[in-house]
Amino acid sequence: MSTTIPGMRGQAFSLSSVLVLPFRILMGLLNAPMSAVQRRFGIGGVGAVFLAPNMLIFSIFVLIPVAINAAYSLTGGTAIFFDGRYFAGLDQYRTLLSCNDYTTPSTCLQDAFWQSVHNTAFFVIVQVTVLVLASLGTALVLNREMRARGFWRSVFFFPVLLSPVVVGLIWKWILQRDGLLNALLLNFGFERTLWLAERNWAMFWAVFVSVWAHLGFYALILLAGLQAIPRDLYEAAMMDGTGRLRTFWRITLPLLWPNLLVVIILALIRAVQVFDEAFVLTGGGPGTSTMFMTQYIYETGFAHVLRNLGLASAASILMGVVLVGLTALQLVVSNRRARKEAA
Amino acid sequence: MKGLKSLTCGALVLALSAAAAQAATEVRIMWYSDGNEGEVLQDLVKRFEAQNPEIKVVVDNVAFGVVKEQLPVQLEAGRGPDIVRVVELKSPAKHWLDLRPYLKDAATFEKSFSNTLDWMREDGSNALPGFMTQLTITGPLVNTTLFEQASVPVPGEKATWDEWAAAAKKVADSQKIPIALAFDRSGHRFMGPAISMGAKIIGSDGKPAVVDDGFKAMAQRIADWHKNGIMPREIWGGVAGTTYKGANDEFVNGQVAVYFSGSWQVAQFSQKIKDNFDWSAVPEPCGPAACTGMPGGAGLVAVKYTTHPQEVARVMEYLASEPVVREFSERTLFLPAHQGVAAKGVDFKTSDPNVKKSLGIFLKATQTADPLALKMQSYRWSGPIYAAVVSRLGQVVAGEAQLSDAYARIEDDIKQKVSEASR
Repeated sequence: MSTTIPGMRGQAFSLSSVLVLPFRILMGLLNAPMSAVQRRFGIGGVGAVFLAPNMLIFSIFVLIPVAINAAYSLTGGTAIFFDGRYFAGLDQYRTLLSCNDYTTPSTCLQDAFWQSVHNTAFFVIVQVTVLVLASLGTALVLNREMRARGFWRSVFFFPVLLSPVVVGLIWKWILQRDGLLNALLLNFGFERTLWLAERNWAMFWAVFVSVWAHLGFYALILLAGLQAIPRDLYEAAMMDGTGRLRTFWRITLPLLWPNLLVVIILALIRAVQVFDEAFVLTGGGPGTSTMFMTQYIYETGFAHVLRNLGLASAASILMGVVLVGLTALQLVVSNRRARKEAA
Repeated sequence: MKGLKSLTCGALVLALSAAAAQAATEVRIMWYSDGNEGEVLQDLVKRFEAQNPEIKVVVDNVAFGVVKEQLPVQLEAGRGPDIVRVVELKSPAKHWLDLRPYLKDAATFEKSFSNTLDWMREDGSNALPGFMTQLTITGPLVNTTLFEQASVPVPGEKATWDEWAAAAKKVADSQKIPIALAFDRSGHRFMGPAISMGAKIIGSDGKPAVVDDGFKAMAQRIADWHKNGIMPREIWGGVAGTTYKGANDEFVNGQVAVYFSGSWQVAQFSQKIKDNFDWSAVPEPCGPAACTGMPGGAGLVAVKYTTHPQEVARVMEYLASEPVVREFSERTLFLPAHQGVAAKGVDFKTSDPNVKKSLGIFLKATQTADPLALKMQSYRWSGPIYAAVVSRLGQVVAGEAQLSDAYARIEDDIKQKVSEASR
């Protein structure tokens, strides 16, 4: 682009050179310190220097709190600061992990913790399965030529923009005793159902609302993947007379797999951390049937009159181990995939 | 020349007043509101500032959650506001300032609030850390219109819990309303009825001894009332752990015959129900041992870490004075904790007859509360007891546990808490 700036006589300034000028000045200023850094740390060390500010912030807000949390899990007492707490060793972990039968929460010393572990495991398996299938189905539909495609895409994406608390409240208004759903049912002559006070219904709605709220995000990732698949592959399949289902299995699914994998892992990590929408919607009830691990940690550490920060920290460390496992799985799978593709 | 003189004088006055304003000592109050009490406090504070220009009072209005969750951390760190309004008064007592040396008339202050001072000071201490801004008491609120329409007489004084449950059921059946009897999901709410049934709660060694026959008698009733549809499952069984749940909306919508909650509901019910139906507080239902609600309330306490205790004491003494407490109670529709004000009666500023009647009944209930109910307010282990009771009975109501299991778990939960806190 070489637009001549009006009013500049005798000099032919282009717009691009004007825009680049400040950048050049900045780079000129940085030149001396960068050379000094390079001389001091070598070329390899420059990367570390650039990384340092980020690592500093990451350490302050993530690494150090995690370390403090781990330290708290080895202490007991009700004081908030370390100086008022006693060293408990692994007692908090023992308290959490002492069970006669791990499949029956009532046989565990911390039965509420194990109930929350069971609920979380159930939620993760069901919610992730439903979420991935629903996101895939939605992405496939939204990828087709249809009228007002942009509008439909935004409809599915809209819940993602809402705060989880708002999502929980909206659905609570719909599902409570005098909510919208019961009003509709009564209007059509059906019985009133306590959607949030029946064990199975409460879990169903916890899963449903979570899927409703997050589907748009995952569908968007899959939609991007679908649009990256070359059209000519489908045209070739069509010319060969391949059926729709076979095209899906043989072309779409294999080529979409990297995106699908990202979706599965992200959904898994998010499902393990389930808290906000479910807490607002069901409060963990009825009984403890939708109480998840994060709620147990919150209740133990903050909601009880005498805070048990040691036990809450130990529970969060155990949950962290699960999350680290899932993240490691994601890394292994993506690395393997990358290596395969490179080969 | 005259103009120049006036200008100079004006500038001098302005400068002096600015200097005076700068010199004013700032006292910060951390305050949360349930109703209009924040606005009333602002009015009262303005008057104080007019009388005491050397003290500036800043009221930081915050959510109740901030006081509940953030204040303890600030206090543990040796910081915090100068004065704070709190519900949880006993367990952080070591952080409260003893105003006694700074008060002009400590004896009057002590005499005015002597019934409730133990709620906010460490056991055995005679400190004067603050005063209760209002008293509350748990008790039943009745939709009297529904009772009238059902031609069921409202049970009178000394009526038993069983009589109340039966009457509520009759009304609900007759009027086709979904909830006969609702209880707030709260261990504190449960404890008054349990004491009525004879629960002793505190063992001879001062440690919690919760599950006895009296306790079981009330727990059994709660379970039975849920089984036979007198109480709605979604309140006690609807959420997990210690989560609070009330039936305010249902009562306001005319779907509850009897709602066991407390005096703090009166102001908001008056605003929301208007003249849709008549309602009223009623005398506490009885068990074989007592007819009692659980007293409580919010207190205004001075924080030990203030850098100007003298000024804090002056603000506290003003807010705790008889005329100020009277005005605060009359305008906020709260029951006064000031014994002088309570004894002379309060002319609550309302045109709603339901409010006048209800507050009168609740005020009487505060004066006839069982000694154990009063003691529970200053008992160190009340919090863990309430938490264990509500979470375990909630599981029974939801069908997750049998009562016998719940009893064992309640004992275990409390033991764990006591042992953790005692080390």
